[in-house]
Amino acid sequence: MSESEPADLEKFREQTRAWLEANCPPEMRKPVTSDTDVFWGGRNTKFASEPQRIWFERMRDKGWTVPDWPREYGGGGLSAAEHKVLRAEMARMGARPPLSSFGIWMLGPALLKYGNEAQKKEHLPDIAAGLIRWCQGYSEPNAGSDLASLQTRAESDGDDFVITGSKIWTSYADYADWIFCLVRTDPTAKKHDGISFILFDMASKGVTTKPILLISGYSPFCETFFDGVRVPKSHVVGTVNRGWDVAKYLLQHERAMISGMGERGVGRPLGQIAADSVGTDAQGKLDDSMLRGRIASFDVDEAALAACAERAVDLAKAGQAHPAFSSAMKYYGTELNKRRHEILMSAGGVNALEWESERSRQGARPRAWLRTKANSIEGGTTEVMLGIVAKRILDLPGA
Amino acid sequence: MALVLTEEQSMLRDSARGLISDKAPVSHLRSLRDNKDPTGFSKELWHSFAEMGFAGLLVPEEFGGSGLGFVEAGVVMEEIGRTLMPSPFLATSVVAASALNRGGNAAQKSEFLPKISNGSLLATLAIDEGAKHRPLQTSLQAVRAGNGFKLSGAKALVVDGHVADLFIVAARTAGAAGEREGLTLFLVNPKAKGVAIERTIMVDAHNAARIELANVEVNADSVLGEVDQGAALLDGVLDIGRGAVAAEMVGLSEEVFNRTVEYLKNRKQFGKLIGEFQALQHRAAELYVDIEITRAATMKALQALDADVAKAASSVAVAKARAGTTATRAVQEGVQMHGGMGMTDQFDIGFFMKRARVCEELFGDANYHTEQLARARGY
Repeated sequence: MSESEPADLEKFREQTRAWLEANCPPEMRKPVTSDTDVFWGGRNTKFASEPQRIWFERMRDKGWTVPDWPREYGGGGLSAAEHKVLRAEMARMGARPPLSSFGIWMLGPALLKYGNEAQKKEHLPDIAAGLIRWCQGYSEPNAGSDLASLQTRAESDGDDFVITGSKIWTSYADYADWIFCLVRTDPTAKKHDGISFILFDMASKGVTTKPILLISGYSPFCETFFDGVRVPKSHVVGTVNRGWDVAKYLLQHERAMISGMGERGVGRPLGQIAADSVGTDAQGKLDDSMLRGRIASFDVDEAALAACAERAVDLAKAGQAHPAFSSAMKYYGTELNKRRHEILMSAGGVNALEWESERSRQGARPRAWLRTKANSIEGGTTEVMLGIVAKRILDLPGA
Repeated sequence: MALVLTEEQSMLRDSARGLISDKAPVSHLRSLRDNKDPTGFSKELWHSFAEMGFAGLLVPEEFGGSGLGFVEAGVVMEEIGRTLMPSPFLATSVVAASALNRGGNAAQKSEFLPKISNGSLLATLAIDEGAKHRPLQTSLQAVRAGNGFKLSGAKALVVDGHVADLFIVAARTAGAAGEREGLTLFLVNPKAKGVAIERTIMVDAHNAARIELANVEVNADSVLGEVDQGAALLDGVLDIGRGAVAAEMVGLSEEVFNRTVEYLKNRKQFGKLIGEFQALQHRAAELYVDIEITRAATMKALQALDADVAKAASSVAVAKARAGTTATRAVQEGVQMHGGMGMTDQFDIGFFMKRARVCEELFGDANYHTEQLARARGY
């Protein structure tokens, strides 16, 4: 659908398209199929390829690793409308994101809202430039989605906090340079009231990590242990004991990010993938009518969800969005992504079962399928999301 | 375009909601049903509707209408869905007005559109013949005779068929059932010789008729659009109708959902409000998300129709398929969560279940539209 745009936005679109065409290497216009297809940044980082480096550096120099952040913090300073244009133009050409990071998706927005000027100046430009890779210290053993029951404690000692405890499901902690972490600074306060949000270097004395092997054969998550880690109090974001506000705000971004995972770099339409694999009948229809029906239903729901995601942004701009709506999107987006991968496995048949071979790119499809099963657990389970919708949006009575 | 209502559209919604909730709550439909009302809707209310500009909402200003778009028509349909008000709006003001607007010549437009605008003429599209919506399966025959045609065949589920002043009849002037070529739309006077009309009392107590045409003579001026080339015109008109019915189903779904959530907050069992039970909370939350997603898909489809009817087919298929599935779920959960009360005629919930079933069949059910999407995407 064509929409009428102000003249300057139309001009921005033309310029953006021309710049992307000239600067995005052809290799960076292919779907993302594995973790190494994306650059994650950090101190120990290596580029997977020369085109990946070129693409990242050109985008970084324009501030387009974080297009909507202010320029003074390494961002592109784009308005919401311009950012939407840039995203649309990148999607149009199938351009990969130049940099993926929890710093961009989660910590950055929280720092922009709750950080003091010194913290913003110290951390945001390094995130934008891919210099520091962040991980998230939220979940703890035995806590899971019951996040506020965390036990890791930070005890005051002069100008420092001394942190002791452990975290679990810390994504890529073994690669991360810094952590944003929830700690209990007041054990006597009510569950949500004694928590602080603090930042520290993973190279600090007393920090250790241990990868967790998953059913996919990968170890994207770690256990993380803190044994008397000394952190300056100036590293607390927001107010001491009011970290829950920051945590909740950040979770909204995390949920929005996870609900969008299904849209990222999936490549060809499911119906085409299935037709190539299963074959077609004399009328050109997929030669497995039940599978065809499942794909078609999936396509209906996916198109409808995309409309809803678009509407969620428009509602936010119009000041009509419900703050808990990201939970609704997270629930549906992750369940849909699991459906997509079940269909992909079904379409691939025997060929999708290979785990270790060049042909299967080391079992990319079954590993991705297994990975998606975490979507409805991480960042708050589907059940927790539905509970939030029930209580906060529908106002149903609490138990 | 943003997927939220503009200020003007919100004002239109408020005025439609005011009139409809005031004059035609569900009890209005109940009373028409119980009294076996011969018209099946309130003429008085229809005139108020016309005076407020709703009857001619889609009619261009030069023919006395308001010249608004499909998003606005959807806004009104959604309000109709909330109270299940029986009204000629869908058949006359949305479908027939669009058919005349898009396919009519100057004479046809200036004869019929002003009367649709002022509420004095009711018109309807006669399309389906078999049990399911299959536009290309049209087999009602139109044979050339003298200066005109003779029409013979039958149509099922003609909305407002027994009160309409004008039928727009899909007929086959060439080819065989199933083919795209050879379809033609005709304007037929219901009072013409050879027309037999049977009002069918349907499950939802809304108006529909079966009609039979036996050698009904029409002249050449009665052709709407081009002879044999009716399929493209029909595609557009049906998509407009589908978008409108999807909007009605969004309104219906949301209303039945709101009533159900209210019930969950008030009904006690086992010493607790039943809304405290997690099993019900989660089902309610899932349904809420379903309705929100369907609302967005429906707005998207209506905006796509406003931008270019000929390019809106896939968006419309998504919306109608989603709306059918979501409305079905909403009414089923509505009855289930209301328990035994939901099964009683005295309670309103059942009316929503019945209307949802009819809306699902109207202009193609969820299976039909899911199939259309698969075909459009080439697998």
